[in-house]
Amino acid sequence: MKSETQTRPAPRSRGRRLGAFVFLSPGLAYLVVLLLVPLALVLSYTVFQRGRFGGVVYEFTTENFARLLDPLYLGVLGDSLQIAALTTLIALLLGYPTAYVIAQLPSRWKTAALVAIVLPFWTNFIIRVYAWIILLSGPGLVNSVLGTQLELLYKQGTIVVGLLYSYLPLMVLPLYAAIEKLDPQLREASANLGASGFTTFRKVTLPLTVPGVLTGCMFVFVPSFGNFVIPEILGGSKTLMVGNVVRNEFLKARDWPFASTVTLALIAVLVVLLLAQAWAARRA
Amino acid sequence: MSRIRFTRRLPAAVAAAGLALAVAACGGESSTSPEGTTVAKAELKANADLTQQSLQITVWEGYTPKELPEKAKEKLKVKDVKIGFHDTNETAMAKLTSSGDSGIDVAFVSGQYAQALNEQGLLEPIHPELIPNLANLYPEATQLAYDKGNKYSVPYTWGTTGICYRSDLVKTPPTSWNDILKPPAWADKKVTMMTTERWLALPALKALGYSVNSDNDQEIAKAKELLLAAKPHLLTYDDTTFGDKLKSGEALMVEAWDGWCPTSEKNIKFVLPKEGSDLWVDTMVIMKTSKNKEAAHALINYILDPEIHSWAAENINYKVPNKAAMERVQVPEGSLLGIKPAELLNGEVIVDLGPSSTKYTRLSSEVATQS
Repeated sequence: MKSETQTRPAPRSRGRRLGAFVFLSPGLAYLVVLLLVPLALVLSYTVFQRGRFGGVVYEFTTENFARLLDPLYLGVLGDSLQIAALTTLIALLLGYPTAYVIAQLPSRWKTAALVAIVLPFWTNFIIRVYAWIILLSGPGLVNSVLGTQLELLYKQGTIVVGLLYSYLPLMVLPLYAAIEKLDPQLREASANLGASGFTTFRKVTLPLTVPGVLTGCMFVFVPSFGNFVIPEILGGSKTLMVGNVVRNEFLKARDWPFASTVTLALIAVLVVLLLAQAWAARRA
Repeated sequence: MSRIRFTRRLPAAVAAAGLALAVAACGGESSTSPEGTTVAKAELKANADLTQQSLQITVWEGYTPKELPEKAKEKLKVKDVKIGFHDTNETAMAKLTSSGDSGIDVAFVSGQYAQALNEQGLLEPIHPELIPNLANLYPEATQLAYDKGNKYSVPYTWGTTGICYRSDLVKTPPTSWNDILKPPAWADKKVTMMTTERWLALPALKALGYSVNSDNDQEIAKAKELLLAAKPHLLTYDDTTFGDKLKSGEALMVEAWDGWCPTSEKNIKFVLPKEGSDLWVDTMVIMKTSKNKEAAHALINYILDPEIHSWAAENINYKVPNKAAMERVQVPEGSLLGIKPAELLNGEVIVDLGPSSTKYTRLSSEVATQS
């Protein structure tokens, strides 16, 4: 009897596990076919050599990793980190107040504001980036309105502006979600206990929205770090970012092994940052 | 509207980043035919049944007449002609080399890329007996350095690189690559150079009196110095919109491919610098994996028909290496189409540098990272 009662739940749980597996399988298949397999390919290329006319020659080498340590590429990595970090910081400083204000709006305005934030995503990315050229070029809109001859394009700062413009919504939305979730009573309680508005923000609102801040930062940092279109169009190819190196090595030099190695370095940096983010979010 | 939610961790973001980089290249569709495997040179039949063959072409968009597939299908009586596009030589190479059989029969690539494809053993030798219209080519067009005698490629268009400028805004018209590399004060920050590596290096190599195909480390290092010295005086590096920058007056002088210099505008002129330049050629090649080689030859023969080939000169302003075709074209005065083949041949044909080509990738990276 006893053994029967013990075995009874087993088939059900096995069935449940099977069910879970069936429901997960499309996602798993997607991950395996479109992420893990290509990733494994990329990783395997890192130890091979470039063929005389491009492509991959399957002869083992560690030269690609040695080349990564070349000051040229370390410099590119440093530039990319710096540009992406600056973009993320400014996005946070602009995005937090925006998200905060939107979260306080009456609900129908809230919807309108969120739609306005997402709206630019409905237009083609390249077109939106090119629009900045019309604004910032020598004879462009900004200079003609101001009556100036400022050099606004083709600088590192222009790249930051372009990245900021493109990815700011990705900062605002998770922040909004985090702020909106806050129980207003917590702030009321803080006020009742005599805290000023700023103290309430510093001691209540901000700590409780740290996970949102971290998510927003990753959402902005990740695409900024690997971007290659904006440095090219708005930076005038005068600055290289990691994404440009990957693109150039893959397509122009046809050096797939080295391009894969740079890709690996890029992914490694992002994974480290994601782990740090996950760790910080858990502690928050 | 429901509340927008975000998970705290970002597997999707990582996935997307990894994926975008991982699948940088992909192949085209494949076609099948009853013939099956690779056919050796001698086996192509002049009277093969083309109605059993269909063609897949890859070409730059807008580089051939829009109606080419339908017209060629009708004229050649082949089963089908499909056309696909690549935006650069590099993407064409990715398409053609990433898998065993790309499914592409005829590809349009620049000469040095045809050379690279051939050295990798990917090209079918050209069977001149199947392309009688080869006789229409200028004799010069059969003597191009990357493929003397048109053994594996057939030239489609050719041209050179020079300086395109605003004749109404420059104080003195440019004559030398140094006018771009060391612009006079009135042109400071009003010049652009190309970013694609071989053309980025070209003005410096030529100004120093070196070959555009140099693989000498010292020469490349000297060129780099010159390019770095030029960088602060440039408006930007630009391969695509330099014509617009001239029209708007944002730039006064730009490094430009001849066909891209908008000389139809009143005040825009083109000059070949005195130090010399390159001769670039865009070619048609047949892939060894093609199962429709007779039809592929027939298509190339059809494109070399003066009526078809002159389309490129008339519509995209590129010179074609086809004497019979060029004779049909009305060349407006001052047009770049007037450059004679002999003049063009003064330019140095860009060839593939094999392993040394990475020197130019490095050069362009170095120029881009330093300020």
